[in-house]
Amino acid sequence: MTILTQLKEQITAQLPKLDMVIGWEQGYDALHATPLFMRAAEDVERLQVGPLSVHNTATYLTGLRNKKVGLVVKGCDSRAVVQLQQEGLIDRENVVVFGFPCDGVADLTKVRRLIGDIGRVEEVEATSTELRLRVDGREEQVAMSDVLADKCRRCQYPNALVHDHFAGKPREPHATSDDYSDVQEFESQSLETRFEHWKSEMSRCIRCYACRNACPMCVCRDHCIAQSRDPHWVTQDDMVREKWMFQVIHAMHLAGRCVECGECQRACPVDIPILALKRKMNKEIKEVFNYDAGVDPQAIPPLLSFQVEEENINERGW
Amino acid sequence: MPALAGKELRIVGFLCNWCSYGGADTAGVGRFSQPTDLRIIRVPCSGRINPLFVAKTLLSGADGVLVSGCHPRDCHYAEGNFYARRRLEVFKRFLPTMGIDPDRFDYTWVSASEGQRWQKVVTTFTEQIHKLGPAPRFGFAHEQNPATAAAC
Repeated sequence: MTILTQLKEQITAQLPKLDMVIGWEQGYDALHATPLFMRAAEDVERLQVGPLSVHNTATYLTGLRNKKVGLVVKGCDSRAVVQLQQEGLIDRENVVVFGFPCDGVADLTKVRRLIGDIGRVEEVEATSTELRLRVDGREEQVAMSDVLADKCRRCQYPNALVHDHFAGKPREPHATSDDYSDVQEFESQSLETRFEHWKSEMSRCIRCYACRNACPMCVCRDHCIAQSRDPHWVTQDDMVREKWMFQVIHAMHLAGRCVECGECQRACPVDIPILALKRKMNKEIKEVFNYDAGVDPQAIPPLLSFQVEEENINERGW
Repeated sequence: MPALAGKELRIVGFLCNWCSYGGADTAGVGRFSQPTDLRIIRVPCSGRINPLFVAKTLLSGADGVLVSGCHPRDCHYAEGNFYARRRLEVFKRFLPTMGIDPDRFDYTWVSASEGQRWQKVVTTFTEQIHKLGPAPRFGFAHEQNPATAAAC
């Protein structure tokens, strides 16, 4: 029995007890998935899981707090569930988690860079090693290893960390640890290069806030300081400074909470590599507090607590 | 434009009301000579300082930012500076990825009676910033955006 049929069975069995179950279905073409809200048994038929199920379904949880919601999750999505639970932002008893072992998801930006803007994709056949696309009658093939999202290469938690139902056999993680070599590589450049890099990247930002809206940990909703006039943190000017400031706000508000699901970067319509900022933050959190977000439901995020004597903070005695 | 154009840099200091602001006051009363680059903003507690204050200050054109509060365990509000310490440390470590020298920002502890220490802190920090020179800037809005430039 495949993972998909197993998931469908489990969901069908639980659906009568739930308001909805959130998963993925085919979007406007075969290559793009879109979140699926299953309310009736016939909706379950449309469920799809696989390398195209890129969205983090946990994003919807805080908005559906008063409902009983089922959630189909990959490993990274489940970390978001754990983190939300840890911060008391969801009631765990109202959430039913359907986990499955994830082989990694495709980065559609990479697909586009590899085979060009191909328009409407008619059919996709996804195996564990390659994606076969049919566009305009012609066939395109890309190896999964070429289009696998970066986060999946360093994934230590491919199986849902918390789950009420699990389909398939848990798989081995892709990596045993994360060495943050990408952050180190970026920081090997000169300070000016880095400053100019962000200046030029941020100048492309259109301030659509898709990064914030897709982020499962951005829970302030109407109170986001990016849109508040009181306090007036960022103005509506289209200056690089304001856009950059917003990204710093986002990174800082996620310090010690970001589960690196990469939704911010995936949702960005102009492909600004903003996950790098969160990666850096996580690297430092790991170094200073030896803490991974979204792993232990009982843990306390490091910036919400303190120790009288900090082990790894050197308080420059000047 | 400051009177000493080219000689002074813009350094912003966030000082806690109970210790460091008092310490700076003690230094003034004691007539200790200090550099004049630092503009002081008084805040109730170092725990009040959101690291984003520092980010905003640096992105808005400050050359350096100094945060100073009560020594750990001496906080007027018992634990404000413990939280501040964690946040500020994380933020300081975040700066290099932004392309901003982490030496442009520092946090320290000075108590109200430590006028002499305040003199040392402010002198050291100002020297540190002068060594780094003016911070990288964004330029004006119309330089960045040709559309706005045309409208000007």
